[in-house]
Amino acid sequence: MTAPAPAREAPALPSLPSVYRSRSSVELKEFFRQRESVVFTLLLPVLLLVVFGAVLDFDLGSGVSFTQYFMAGIIAAGILGASLQNMAINIATERSDGTLKHLAGTPMPRSAFFVGKVVQVLAVTLASIVVLLLIGVVFYRIDLPSGTDWLTFAWVAVLGASACTLLGIAISSIAKNGRSASATVTPFALLLQFISGVFFQFSEIPSWMQTFAALFPLKWMAQGLRSVFLPDALAADEPAGSWELGRVALVLGIWCVLGLILCVRTFRWQDK
Amino acid sequence: MAPVAGRPRPGDPLDPDAAISVRGLVKRYGDFVAVDGLDLDIRRGEIFALLGPNGAGKTTTVEICEGYRSRDAGEVRVLGEDPADGARAWKARLGIVLQSGSGDSQLTVRELVTAQASYYADPRDVDEVLALVGLTEKAGLRGRTLSGGQRRRLDVALGIVGRPTLLFLDEPTTGFDPEARRQFWSLIRSLRDLGTTMLLTTHYLDEAEALADRVGVIARGKLVEVAVPSALGGRETAPATVTWTEDGARRTEATATPTAFVADLATRFDGEIPDLAVARPTLEDVYLQMIGDDR
Repeated sequence: MTAPAPAREAPALPSLPSVYRSRSSVELKEFFRQRESVVFTLLLPVLLLVVFGAVLDFDLGSGVSFTQYFMAGIIAAGILGASLQNMAINIATERSDGTLKHLAGTPMPRSAFFVGKVVQVLAVTLASIVVLLLIGVVFYRIDLPSGTDWLTFAWVAVLGASACTLLGIAISSIAKNGRSASATVTPFALLLQFISGVFFQFSEIPSWMQTFAALFPLKWMAQGLRSVFLPDALAADEPAGSWELGRVALVLGIWCVLGLILCVRTFRWQDK
Repeated sequence: MAPVAGRPRPGDPLDPDAAISVRGLVKRYGDFVAVDGLDLDIRRGEIFALLGPNGAGKTTTVEICEGYRSRDAGEVRVLGEDPADGARAWKARLGIVLQSGSGDSQLTVRELVTAQASYYADPRDVDEVLALVGLTEKAGLRGRTLSGGQRRRLDVALGIVGRPTLLFLDEPTTGFDPEARRQFWSLIRSLRDLGTTMLLTTHYLDEAEALADRVGVIARGKLVEVAVPSALGGRETAPATVTWTEDGARRTEATATPTAFVADLATRFDGEIPDLAVARPTLEDVYLQMIGDDR
């Protein structure tokens, strides 16, 4: 037996910012190199925009095209895909294939894992919004928001993405693996899109469906974004008769808190 | 220092100098007792192989030492600390190669090892690690495209890049072809020469015999024996079996003095003894006998 090496002076562990950078780079590469996730998360909303934009055409009055209305909803759906669906499937997959267990056995600070995921969601959300706006402007002559509408756009997107990210992470803990997460979350997200005013005008949906939709973040994200993309005259067509921005912030905020509590209570680094 | 083949007895104090010291470890899953009062000391610098059938408690014991699982009773110290506390600085001194591997990835082998290195205080050079595990040629391939054996070598690369004092290897060579296994063994020996303590679990007795300074056999959640591989189960003093052919029949004799017996036998033949063989019980023979009640 060889004698053990002499004890080394214990060097300092790497700083949090340096591990955060490393994890962020890992998460960005993992997402953007996986063709399925890029197609599913970034191109599906584009496809829906093109197909539904061609098929559906409501007269909203005030000279506003349906695609202008649809833009708000499809961006909300894009954010949902980049955050909730992405996280639920991604983390469930990493839990079942042993990635999380492996990381838990390293001195990586646990916060770095979540920072990496947040950076991934922010990048994917931003990419999704930019792609949809570009296509909207170039092919559908969407009017871009102006002035303070950008500010509303920003806070609705960030608050909505935060709530949905936390919810997605919580859902990942329930799923057995990535495939089962996808099978649960994808139909549910689609259902929410139908009743939350993404594909159809929210005011035309039966009121009991409106009530159900109002329990979840997507309806509020879409409503907040409609205030960004539609002229204020159309606020009168909303069920409440206004954009209810205060309530949008409140509901999304509540979902953030609820999602965080669920995450903290249910997150696991390994399969049961 | 305790004798080479020694193992702690129930009630002995924890060994403060050991890399791993375990006393009275108990782990239950519902009614099933997976680990049932296990005592174990692993010295710094040694390669210790834990052998045992599936369900004997190997992985549970190892994962408690790694900090992955809680225990129901007993004391555990790994590099002087309780794994249940598991601080970052403590984890930085461990290397863990899990049975389940390190997951699928879109990152290349080099990117994965580089990312892993970024979690540690004093990592090894990435190229040096890739060369050590024989993945230099595959450095640009994505993790998920690797073959089973290449993946396992990547797992080992991730386990050693942090320059661990103590390396856990849970069935590292499952699915290897014989040549890959030999290469892996020489990798483990070079790590030992660098002073790394290793706890290895394996199903392959030849692997334990080739690598381990000591082997421990675990059965029904208890450590039934600890010994150097050549002495396990009293192998080195066990009767040898002499076999030969005489009058057209296969003959067998168990003897404690095989040299004398063969010399005597030689006088009965004119020249060579037909089909002569002298054998000690193999590690497999004594191992199967030890866990026999369990099968």
